[in-house]
Amino acid sequence: MSAKVGVVPRADGSAMFQIGKTTAIAAVYGPRDLHPKFMQNPETGILRCDYNMLPFSGHGDRVRPGGGRRAREIGMVMENAILPVLDLRAFPNTVVDVFVDLPQTDAGTRCAAITAAAMALADAGIEMKDLPAAVAVGRVGDKFMVDLSYDEEAHEDGVADIPVAMLPRSGKVTLLQMDGDITPDNLKKVLLMAHRAIVRINEVQRAALKERFGAK
Amino acid sequence: MVETIHVKDRSVVVPGETLAEGMGVLPGFGTFRDGDKIVCSRLGLASVEDKVIKIVPMSGVYQPKLNDRIIARVSDILLSGWRLDTRCPYSAVLSTKDAVTDFIPRGANLAEYFGLNDWLVCKIVNVTSQMLVDVTLKGPGLLKLQGGRIVDVNAAKVPRIVGKDGSMMELIKGATGCDIHVGLNGRVWLKGSPQGEIIAIDAIRMIEAEAHLPGLTEKVNAWLQKHARR
Repeated sequence: MSAKVGVVPRADGSAMFQIGKTTAIAAVYGPRDLHPKFMQNPETGILRCDYNMLPFSGHGDRVRPGGGRRAREIGMVMENAILPVLDLRAFPNTVVDVFVDLPQTDAGTRCAAITAAAMALADAGIEMKDLPAAVAVGRVGDKFMVDLSYDEEAHEDGVADIPVAMLPRSGKVTLLQMDGDITPDNLKKVLLMAHRAIVRINEVQRAALKERFGAK
Repeated sequence: MVETIHVKDRSVVVPGETLAEGMGVLPGFGTFRDGDKIVCSRLGLASVEDKVIKIVPMSGVYQPKLNDRIIARVSDILLSGWRLDTRCPYSAVLSTKDAVTDFIPRGANLAEYFGLNDWLVCKIVNVTSQMLVDVTLKGPGLLKLQGGRIVDVNAAKVPRIVGKDGSMMELIKGATGCDIHVGLNGRVWLKGSPQGEIIAIDAIRMIEAEAHLPGLTEKVNAWLQKHARR
């Protein structure tokens, strides 16, 4: 697991986050003028996330470029995972654009994207109440795991893949999705595992942000 | 209740970091109170003064404020004024009455006064809750810029580029012979000899990169002695 802040010099804020074989690069632009104009909100600025897996980043077939139903949905869940820590009321009618590109993926992409986006937003000087972080947890057969890889997700004997985003300070959950099945007791168990992992990811995020200015 | 401050003065802090505990410590800019804790909400340097903790931000877009002197570009010509690009999410309007002392008749060609892409040093005279911005050109040091070149810098680092009472700017002006104007919106205009301009831009870039480090004035001075006197 590693992270670096300030990887895209032309962006207002940027960050790279790598976990296992998944790498996400996030770039933030804004707050800036929002077009199309009908999307403007005179009460607050809005957050717009764009998720993009690069064509040869994953297993199997080439990912068709240009976004699609899946990318759009993940963009939306990223917005929902990050918005609780933002307060953009000081910037009415504007937008904060977050672009996340994934040059190398091995499952857990939405979690890596949220983690990188949070660092990039902090780097862009946007006011945040906490630094959200995310990780996928789940069940593979009868084992419970953190940060599932593609091969683990593809296991045939019953899998639960649960991406979780949390606010490390309060432990509040901002993203919880599930693919597969798991019992309620086991769900509680893996959520505790997710919290422990997210606290560690948060330490990596903080260290990367501090390192940008030469501090440890 | 005992107050504990967890951070040192001028240390780098990140959003979500607990800076202090106890009700006797007060939250300043870039921080908020959560129960008895004071938590950071901006990436920057912590500044601890007595019982107040605030954050000196290191990045972020420019937010227009009353009486700020900015450098703006004419982006459009309106019926009775000019629309200016201020390098922030909101444009500003310069009305004819705030621009020139001449009488301008109705229907006059405003491009004769300021054309598209002209650069102006102006002062903000009004900012509404919806961030509609009015500026004026009437006042000391406010003018239309002729020639020279514009450099964009991080708006959060402008105070460091200007220096205490303009000391850093005087240093660069003296060493390079350039005429320099700095706008709080993160735009620097400079005009001088081609060599002087390049050295001044390098010096500004250096200040921007090392704005958070102490002893910068001496370092810039030494750098200018080495490069500008050749």
